[in-house]
Amino acid sequence: MASEAAVAAPVQGHVKETSENQCTMCMPIGGVVAFKGIENAMVLIHGSQGCSTYMRLFNVEHFNEPVDIASSSLNEKQTIHGGEANLKKAMDNVIRVYQPKVLGVLTTCLAETMGEDIDRIVASYIEERKLTGIDIVPVPTPSYSGTHAEGYWAAIRRIVAYYARPAQSHRRINVIVPNISPADLREIQRILGLMGIEYTLLPDISLTLDRPYGGKYQKIPTGGTPTTAIAEMTGAPVTLQFGSTCPDNLSPGKYLENEFHVPLVNLPLPIGLKNMDLFIATLAEISGKAVPDELVLERGWLMDAMADAHKYDADGVPVLYGEPELVYALTSVLSENGALPAVIATGSKNSILARLLAPVTADADTAPALIEEADFAAIEEAAIRTGANIAIGHSGGKLLTERHDIPLLRIGYPIHDRMGGQRILSVGYRGTLAFLDSFTNTLLGHKYATYRQKIKQHLCSPEGR
Amino acid sequence: MEESCTLSRAATACIAERQDSILTTGKSRSRIHCTTDSLAGSVSQRACVFCGARVVLNPVTDAVHLVHGPIGCATYTMDIRGSLSSGSELFRTSFSTDMKEKDVIFGGEKKLAACIDEIVEKYHPPAIFVYATCVSGMIGDDIIAVCKAASARHNTEVIPVESSGFISGNKVVGYRAAAEALLTLIRPKEGEIVEKTRKVNFLGEYNLAGEMWLTRRYLAEMGIEINVAFTGDSTVAALKRAPSACLNLVQCTGSMHWVATNLERSFGTPYMDVNFFGPENTAESLRKIAAFYEDPAISARAEALIAREMSRIRPEIEKYRSKLRGKRAAIYLGGAYKAIAIIRQLRGLGMEIVLSGTQTGNADEYENMSRILSEGTIIIDDANPAELEKFLIEKHVDVMIGGVKERFLAYKLGIGFVDHNHDRKDGLAGFDGAVRFAREVYVTTCSPVWKSLRTPAPGGTIHGQ
Repeated sequence: MASEAAVAAPVQGHVKETSENQCTMCMPIGGVVAFKGIENAMVLIHGSQGCSTYMRLFNVEHFNEPVDIASSSLNEKQTIHGGEANLKKAMDNVIRVYQPKVLGVLTTCLAETMGEDIDRIVASYIEERKLTGIDIVPVPTPSYSGTHAEGYWAAIRRIVAYYARPAQSHRRINVIVPNISPADLREIQRILGLMGIEYTLLPDISLTLDRPYGGKYQKIPTGGTPTTAIAEMTGAPVTLQFGSTCPDNLSPGKYLENEFHVPLVNLPLPIGLKNMDLFIATLAEISGKAVPDELVLERGWLMDAMADAHKYDADGVPVLYGEPELVYALTSVLSENGALPAVIATGSKNSILARLLAPVTADADTAPALIEEADFAAIEEAAIRTGANIAIGHSGGKLLTERHDIPLLRIGYPIHDRMGGQRILSVGYRGTLAFLDSFTNTLLGHKYATYRQKIKQHLCSPEGR
Repeated sequence: MEESCTLSRAATACIAERQDSILTTGKSRSRIHCTTDSLAGSVSQRACVFCGARVVLNPVTDAVHLVHGPIGCATYTMDIRGSLSSGSELFRTSFSTDMKEKDVIFGGEKKLAACIDEIVEKYHPPAIFVYATCVSGMIGDDIIAVCKAASARHNTEVIPVESSGFISGNKVVGYRAAAEALLTLIRPKEGEIVEKTRKVNFLGEYNLAGEMWLTRRYLAEMGIEINVAFTGDSTVAALKRAPSACLNLVQCTGSMHWVATNLERSFGTPYMDVNFFGPENTAESLRKIAAFYEDPAISARAEALIAREMSRIRPEIEKYRSKLRGKRAAIYLGGAYKAIAIIRQLRGLGMEIVLSGTQTGNADEYENMSRILSEGTIIIDDANPAELEKFLIEKHVDVMIGGVKERFLAYKLGIGFVDHNHDRKDGLAGFDGAVRFAREVYVTTCSPVWKSLRTPAPGGTIHGQ
């Protein structure tokens, strides 16, 4: 059910019943990624066997890592009589084999439709088994209530709420991130380090979903945010959350602000000069420190690259899609490089995105089409209508290339038909530069491969016009 | 459904309840536990009933495949197979009713009907397969009635596929649901007489990377024509002509034996098992098919083809065999027919099989498997990553043959890996496929990468973690 509106003047657009080639995944898979960023955590999906397998498949292909996700493997009997016994047995087995310190239990649409009360089941399980040394964190993620983007935020918020308790004030700022690549997380960590800032990064998949080769398989990989650090996020001076599109009711930072009076600063992802400058300015203000030369140099290199590429970039007519937070940041970087997207689409229904985009796109000659709750049928139609010549987003858009010869610059989640989804770097001055070069070179590569043929056809053949 | 066969036990499971699903070939016999539901929390590699149905039916090229459920089920199975089409590409579009909360509460039948109407208006497909999922099954949507009404309304085939995911984690149950749908589709109208021809149907062949086309070429050379494949590169019209074949060839036995027996009962068409994985299997299958026709000319052409192809590929295979002799292989695949074929193929390359398992094998198949394996080989049903890791290490495996979820587990352990999944892009069937398979086993088993990965870090340990 895609609704489309021009950013400048929102109008009720084309509404249809059928989703054709989906642009989003379901809530629990977002929750899975969130839990994979917690230290010593394992995750269990309360639902039928297939759900966990699909989520493993997508994550395995994106991260190029083993990604273990357990399932309560509900079958017909339990859907009638309740899944409590199965869920408890599943928890027994997962704890036995994986020995996690944290076990995330996520629901599926099946469990939710059955009316499973996982809070109660988990509480009674802990009581019965007299468990110590393990935290079991239940999160309802019915997939008909949102996409993987909302599932991700919902899980982080639940994790924060589970651990948060009054703590002594300290200097470590909270840094809460959306679902970005391990390479992006490492870049954010590096920048915070350069700025001399102490922080708690939540969640942190930089090592858990991108393991250095070690000749062994770890059932629960090293890394992730320690739960002790999460518990102390309440004593932080401020929360920086790359969640400018995150609704308040899902916002972990908002929770910390409301419940523990930690001021929240929502920032866009630091992709693009403007967004990255805002991040650095915020950090400089918090720390009272000067921006180190290294970052100044990196900023200079980015600006130099922007000048180098601006004329090529001006030929770009992008069709952009993905999670709201990424889509917003990429619109910003594209617009500052003279390649404002013609189509901006997200599978989510997000009331904030359109409002945020309005000033970015205000000066455009033609207002971009904004499609929320998008499927690829809607995206494809808008791309053709607007003459888009480059697509930017996850692997789901592969048919834009296959059917319409629109090259696809892969970024976001999931990347399942190319190598290295976990290594795509696009935040910071360096990441922005990498993104910009990829963008420009995708345009150039496509143009140079086809321009002789195109011009010949245009000017020499009788049917050319 | 529970089945067992007798094999000796020796290897130890990570979860006690899984012990009976793991056996070691040898003299003392016990029973392997299989075809049961997956153990909750065991991190099974299996998918669900819906997935089973979807993979069997999806290659019907000109049909619409409409998933009646929340978005995830469709997203995770979008364009799921590497099946090629000579005509329509409609099957690659993933249609979903995208059930939302209100549909779950008030029922999804109205939405389903509206989606069918919309699809018919837009695409006029000759058939629509409507897949039930966990949620539509749980809330009791009567998809049979909705399909029947829509069929009458649009005078087109709208066929329900009863594939609620929670019925079982075993895809075989989904294969059955797909088989029912296929039989519904091909059932002749009352009074319609189907004339028999000299053509064959090819059941359980999905035209991955054009594999059906390759076999079709072999058969054409022998003077035999393929009527229709179930379901690789099939059309609705061609499937309806299935009863006219004089013989049904069955390759993927797990998905198609039941269809074959039904076709025999309804239309008197005999069937035979064939297998085109590996040069010996390919040759034997061609001979068997030729023998069925009791025509010396056909047999002579088959022999000529086999002799020519065998002598063509022998030097190639021999080249790889000399490199691979004595290497140790592990097999973990979806279905047993493929596992058994690969055991033979690896043997042909001089390799030793130390582990063989499947997601969905039955007792007979495991019995057959144990008969061809040497003593001390581990046989495993419905394995999980912990067990696979354990045996890969214990058995000093050099290469694993499996699906996507096992790939990075093998890589993490420094072990070669060959994908034999349903999304592959390179054909592995027939004589050409046998060479390609041998090459793939060789390049991964003997890759220079593994040697480099054992190099100690400068001034440090082997692995920096």
